[in-house]
Amino acid sequence: MKETKVIELEEVAIRFSGDSGDGMQLTGTLFSDTTALLGNDISTFPDYPSEIRAPQGTVGGVSGFQVQFGKKQVNTPGDNANVLVAMNPAAIKANARFLEPGGTIIYDSDSFTEKNLKKANFETDDPFTECNLQDFFKIPVPISSLTQEGLKDFGLDNKSVLRSKNMFALGLVCWMFNRPLDYVEEFVKNKFRKKPVVVDSNIKVLHDGYNYGLTMQHMTPSYLVHPAEIENGTYRNINGNHATAWGLLAAAEKSGLELFLGSYPITPATDILTALSERKDLGVKTFQAEDEIAGICSAIGASFAGDLAVTTTSGPGLALKGEAIGLAVMAELPLVIVNVQRGGPSTGLPTKTEQSDLMQALYGRNGESPVVVLAASTPSDCFHYAYMSAKIALERMVPVILLTDGFLGNGSEPWKIPAMADLPSITPRVANDSEEFLAYKRDAATLAREWAFPGMAGFEHRIGGLEKNITGTVSHDPENHQVNSEIREEKVQRVVDMIPDLEICGDEDGGDVLVVSWGGTFGHTASTVRELRRAGKSVSLAHFNYIKPLPKNTKEVFSKFKKIIVCELNLGQFAAYLRNELPEFSYYQANKLKGLPFTVSELKESITKLLED
Amino acid sequence: MTDVNYTIKDFKSENEVRWCAGCGDFAIINAVQRTMAGMGIPKEKFAVISGIGCSSRFPYYMSTFGFHTIHGRATAVASGVKAANPELSVWVMTGDGDSMAIGGNHFIHLIRRNIDLNVVLFNNRIYGLTKGQYSPTSDRGFVSKTSPFGTVEDPFVPGQLVIGARGSFYARSIDGNLKLSQSVLEKAAEHKGTSVVEVLQNCVIFNNGIHNAITDPNHRADRQLVLEHGQPMLFGAENEKGLVFENGKLKVVKIGENGVTEDDILVHDAMEVDPTLHLALINMALPDFPVAFGVIRAVPAPVYDVEMEAQIKEVQQTRKVTCVDELLNSGNTWEVTGNPNGSSKKCI
Repeated sequence: MKETKVIELEEVAIRFSGDSGDGMQLTGTLFSDTTALLGNDISTFPDYPSEIRAPQGTVGGVSGFQVQFGKKQVNTPGDNANVLVAMNPAAIKANARFLEPGGTIIYDSDSFTEKNLKKANFETDDPFTECNLQDFFKIPVPISSLTQEGLKDFGLDNKSVLRSKNMFALGLVCWMFNRPLDYVEEFVKNKFRKKPVVVDSNIKVLHDGYNYGLTMQHMTPSYLVHPAEIENGTYRNINGNHATAWGLLAAAEKSGLELFLGSYPITPATDILTALSERKDLGVKTFQAEDEIAGICSAIGASFAGDLAVTTTSGPGLALKGEAIGLAVMAELPLVIVNVQRGGPSTGLPTKTEQSDLMQALYGRNGESPVVVLAASTPSDCFHYAYMSAKIALERMVPVILLTDGFLGNGSEPWKIPAMADLPSITPRVANDSEEFLAYKRDAATLAREWAFPGMAGFEHRIGGLEKNITGTVSHDPENHQVNSEIREEKVQRVVDMIPDLEICGDEDGGDVLVVSWGGTFGHTASTVRELRRAGKSVSLAHFNYIKPLPKNTKEVFSKFKKIIVCELNLGQFAAYLRNELPEFSYYQANKLKGLPFTVSELKESITKLLED
Repeated sequence: MTDVNYTIKDFKSENEVRWCAGCGDFAIINAVQRTMAGMGIPKEKFAVISGIGCSSRFPYYMSTFGFHTIHGRATAVASGVKAANPELSVWVMTGDGDSMAIGGNHFIHLIRRNIDLNVVLFNNRIYGLTKGQYSPTSDRGFVSKTSPFGTVEDPFVPGQLVIGARGSFYARSIDGNLKLSQSVLEKAAEHKGTSVVEVLQNCVIFNNGIHNAITDPNHRADRQLVLEHGQPMLFGAENEKGLVFENGKLKVVKIGENGVTEDDILVHDAMEVDPTLHLALINMALPDFPVAFGVIRAVPAPVYDVEMEAQIKEVQQTRKVTCVDELLNSGNTWEVTGNPNGSSKKCI
């Protein structure tokens, strides 16, 4: 037997790919968690169709999960995969263009039948040549038949047997990358604890896959990726939707309020509702409403009654909530609205990522209806920005829209767990002097009104969606409306004193090109700028998490650079906003609308071109 | 309860009431304020929530906590208020447009959940605040500004929706009958779960007299059946008429005719879980039947806000995670040590 070929890598990207019923999301997640536990930095990207089970074997039904992990910091799931695990021919076709030249393809040779090749619209019996993958290192493994062989004594029907084949693939990949199996075993034992035969069969197949790699060393390379050099501390792996949910929980605990979530299921935001529904132990009240409108309206009611109130949604849901957001603006109630953006318009691309709801968040309501807008930039910092959204809402009596996206929501990365004691304080503006209380009397500095809710004796008052005077009484006075409209805008602008300055990553005193990005593109823009700087280019990054108001030094930062390029996953919404807010600068744009994150290579290309022009 | 001792004045706000002279809403607010004054609940525990429409201006005229929200959504907002604080007495003031048209979805789902709210539905069968368009409770053929040749659609009967949504409480009153309104509002307030009180209300400007056939003093006794739980379903000037159930249908009979005695008359059971008879009573319409008033249905059912609180308490009794720090550190975590100069993720 030959020695195993050991390849030592700084970072590697693996893509698990198969039918949407093949369990690829679970396989990818388990591998990522195992890898994170070993101390690698990781970044993941689930990429799946919106159908639960698209026609089997077709390219449209391919579900993929890409994870990049490494020794250094990993900000993206990788433009292309170094290793592809393909459960059928359709997975080859769907992923051919996402493979790194010279990479490895492991595939279930049993599934490469004439029928399946036809389903994937291959014209010949050589899918690899058809996809120009001749130069890749291909490892055919009869995964289906080996799974059947391994489980022949388990008395399971064929369908149940084949459901375990993802575990074979996982076991094999774990061997290739030197990952232990104990985490996966624990997971399987826990998940199927009521079905011992399922536990045993899955673990058997997992080990079969691992052992296959071990015994077939002559043909499978093994990779070595050392743990990452990241800050000391306690870490866990977390995705953006969980981080958002937990950030809201942290804000509720810190502020001493109960957390209320009014929400309606919508991809890709549903996981926040799920994550908070699980937390009855922490007293969370989750209200699965009859529609998006009732989701936000119940939250507004809870806010009126003194809870930290939240509604979560995605683009189409935000559209439905528009009128109610206006009510929260007018009534000046604290409210957090989370929008996990997806491809639009209309139903658009529900499972794909995009940043095209920025204008909707800023302006998508009737009347002058200003709200604070924040955007998270990585899966784990959704925690911080959800927390800050709640802090701003509660301290400034204002609705806050938090923008995340499908890439952040579903993607995961290791996260250094913060301690509650280290998080900033949250002081809700609860009224305490009933003699002095007036519904719309404001703090001179922040313009925030006080919050008094039913149950507080002596504070009885009326508010509503009609324009009002200082007591909350309806007012149609023209001067009053002008003044109030300006105050509501100014109140949002004054949030600027709560937010940090914009950081320049790179040439702090200025340089040739400033890359401007916001929200979920951080990983890709940061990696791009890092690589260009290594190549000696004068390129810096200014990444925005606070959209409205903008950080107060924004103008100063922009003025230090010769050229500014705004990179975003839409047709130029943030660029248009910046042109409006800071018209004295010229803005170049890099835009993408494919339902996919940027790739580092395409960003490098755009920026290099700008440097040369 | 506490030693609160209120009069109707304690529930009036300083705001000038701006309904049209002669509007049925005046009588309804009077009944609501009297009811609240007599409930023995501290005033700060009341929250009055409304949507849009003439009736929805109601909170501004109350001295309680009040929230005038947006069209059709009062039921949804109030659901959040009650879930946030189940100790409150939460009232929803809504109209036939607000709750049967734009807010129809929230209305039925509120009832299905059985959240402990008191909904007062002002039914004048017209859009008043937008000046006279037909509403979802206007009769087929009704002529209005938006149906100059008559409507070609059938109306909703609010009580049918309540039953269809598995409602636990439904009562009907009429603006002019203050005593009846107060009586059913008191029962609605006592009921645990969603109580819907439909009040037939007169819009003096755009639909004046729409309920006259029912309220006409000369025929009132024959055209109204005021139901009392445990009492026979008798009506007429001398209580000489009654209802029997025959061949799966209600039937009006006269006592003394065809051998009918008072013993043959149906006795109202508002607490019967089977809604068959309640629905039949709701459906009664002129001219063949009197219109049913009073508490038609009041059955015990699990209450959403109570169940929600109980579930949280139950889960908390055996919880492993008691605070956010514990949550963040639960499950799979790992220690990174030995990288004193390790970098955070944010740098380039």
